[in-house]
Amino acid sequence: MRQLQEQKASKEQNNNNASNNHSLVTMLHQIQETYNYLPENVLRELAKEKNIPLVDLYRVATFYSLFSLTPKGKHKILTCTGTACHVRGSEKVTEEISRVLGIQPGETTEDGEYSLEAVNCLGACALAPLVVVDEQYHANMTPAQIGALFNGVRKSTCQDKESSHCHCSSVAVGSKEKS
Amino acid sequence: MPSLQSRINTAADLFRLQETLQQRASSNNRYIAVCGDTGCSAWGSKSVKDVFRDCLEQKGLAGQVGMKFTGCLGLCESGPVVIICPEQIFYQKVQEEDVEEIIDKTVTRGEIIPRLLYQDVLSGETYTYMNEIPFYQKQKRLLMGNNLKIDPNSIEDYLALGGYSATARALTEMTPLEIIDEVKFSKLRGRGGAGFSAGDKWKECYDAVSDRKYIICNADEGDPGAFMDRSLLEGNPHSVLEGLIIGGFAVGAREGMIYVRAEYPTAVVKIKHALHQAEELGLLGENIFGSGFDFQVSISIGAGAFVSGETSALIASIEGRAGEPRQKPPRLAQRGLWGRPTVVNNVESLANIPVILREGEEYRRTGTDKSRGTKIFSLVGKVVNTGLVEVPLGITIREIIEDIGGGIKGGRSFKAVQTGGPSGGCLPEHLLDTPTDFEELNAVGSMMGSGGMIVMDDETCMVDVARYFLRFLQDESCGKCFSCREGINRLLEIIDDIVHGLGTPGHIDLLRELSVVVKDSTLCGLGQTSANPVLSTLQYFEEEYRAHIKDKKCPAGVCKALIHFSIDLEKCTGCGVCKKKCPEEAISGEKKEIHEIDPERCSKCGICLDTCTFDAVLKC
Repeated sequence: MRQLQEQKASKEQNNNNASNNHSLVTMLHQIQETYNYLPENVLRELAKEKNIPLVDLYRVATFYSLFSLTPKGKHKILTCTGTACHVRGSEKVTEEISRVLGIQPGETTEDGEYSLEAVNCLGACALAPLVVVDEQYHANMTPAQIGALFNGVRKSTCQDKESSHCHCSSVAVGSKEKS
Repeated sequence: MPSLQSRINTAADLFRLQETLQQRASSNNRYIAVCGDTGCSAWGSKSVKDVFRDCLEQKGLAGQVGMKFTGCLGLCESGPVVIICPEQIFYQKVQEEDVEEIIDKTVTRGEIIPRLLYQDVLSGETYTYMNEIPFYQKQKRLLMGNNLKIDPNSIEDYLALGGYSATARALTEMTPLEIIDEVKFSKLRGRGGAGFSAGDKWKECYDAVSDRKYIICNADEGDPGAFMDRSLLEGNPHSVLEGLIIGGFAVGAREGMIYVRAEYPTAVVKIKHALHQAEELGLLGENIFGSGFDFQVSISIGAGAFVSGETSALIASIEGRAGEPRQKPPRLAQRGLWGRPTVVNNVESLANIPVILREGEEYRRTGTDKSRGTKIFSLVGKVVNTGLVEVPLGITIREIIEDIGGGIKGGRSFKAVQTGGPSGGCLPEHLLDTPTDFEELNAVGSMMGSGGMIVMDDETCMVDVARYFLRFLQDESCGKCFSCREGINRLLEIIDDIVHGLGTPGHIDLLRELSVVVKDSTLCGLGQTSANPVLSTLQYFEEEYRAHIKDKKCPAGVCKALIHFSIDLEKCTGCGVCKKKCPEEAISGEKKEIHEIDPERCSKCGICLDTCTFDAVLKC
């Protein structure tokens, strides 16, 4: 009986170490870092390789808000929806970004250029309402500033690319906007 | 001079190294501190720091004047903050173009540049030195005070201030039980929100018998509007690490873990760097200070789930599963990470530990009888001085908002203060003299929580605030308990009806009844407290609910369905700016003639109101 218990403990220990080194959440982070999202075929391979039921993988991947099963846009737009941002009017700012880009938080524009995420709190409450575009912080945003902000993003995107390959003009930005 | 590369084998080695570093620091105490915390960085402090560095080099001053890119200096609203030491001359909103002037005038000749000084909004008075500024005067910065003297990437800075002395004392002079007793005696209560005695928690894990135990630092700071844990990890990571090592020794854990939320990438970088430095010096690893105690620390990164901050959910997340809470008992001290006894402490709680061991007496003198020490609050929202404030427990909320925070922004009037995050409540003006004390805050329907303090003015709608938290909780509820999953949905549906003008008189009673059911019948802290924002807004701001339901009006002018925009015929100059900016093309009118808003097309985005320079847009 005692031997059995020891065997069980040792097996548990091995499992623990294995899990410790390769926590599923960490693995999913690594995949997302490589592909910018969690592609289905990669998840299927991982499930096979690690002998984890795909359903378990799917459950973890969909439980956490930072994991995405669909590709993300080239430009990441985060709107902070923390309490400080909310009381200073972030909801209207997010609505205006949604209107300008034609997507809701969590979505990506059809051409794959922009993704919009509403995040709970970025911890920079003095800058509320806060919008982060490609890791650039934009403080004290109002709906009226959004049009100019995205024109700026578009311009810098255009400069980054050869004009013939630039898709910016087709981006939904300003679709309903007057110049 | 002992080389930093060599391992510290004994407490005597540490003290020798500290002394050398202290001498070096005091012989060269002229330096410029640029705040590098997320707030100031977002205002552009990184490039300000780079320009300072280049400029000092160009002027041949790099050898005489040091530079520190520090953790949070508190006054985030005035970022980028630059402090000239040792005098502690406080400059705010410093831009790249100010740098050369600061070096030429202040650093070289000691002249003050008035335009960069902090000015009090109400009195108009300007202040030169950091400690003179009212924002800092009522604070007691036991945990954050050293941020000014520490470059978070430099373990030397931390050691020069006596860093790791508490660990040396604990590991070489004390027994685990003595440490636990000292922490108990200090009356340190968990800073994550629940306020459980840290010493009792450690004792429980100490008593558990197992060949392997774990200690976890909970840095999954999920409360929106709270960022003190992030600032501690980014600004003074070694203080948290010290707390973790001492805790590990006290409870008998040889492995520590820091669970950080993924939204804090800078904190992850800083703490990884700190771990590496501590390992190189032998402050982590085998046989620390020759005490025979081995301890290693790893980092685990979350993936965006508020409920993962709950301790059993946090453990599930580290184990690679969905971060859902489980039924307790068994408590974590019996069955925690990988089934072993585990203790989970919040970042701020751990940062208190070295202070308690080093300055126990001073610590015990701070705070109230039941709640000792200091608490860091993130003072945010509609307040003049937004930032992180560290105050002795027991100070009143009014003192924090009015004396430290400088009152309400933009000359508006105070309406409420929200503490305790989504589990807390909103307090009205007549409760502003409530002391910041765990029991007192609970008694008035709010809670200490992790320390978010969101100030709201008369333009904040309290029904909308309740709706905001319910939406947050709806997103973040893991869905395990029916009463939380469905209860929050139903509460939100009712509030949605109210803000859309579809509320009925019976809704208020229904909200109260349902809130009690959700509170009483869910498993974890998130569910049990999820109705608090509804209950506290109903308790103190019921008339606002009634205005929405009965009069179909939103007194604060927030709820879109209950407000409308129009043009003031007397003020409109016909400049056409609103018409040009309106995204819905809802404004018509010829140039130099009075404009008009079409209520059918108006989406109530408020852009016209924000852009009109003649105050001619009315919202009611």
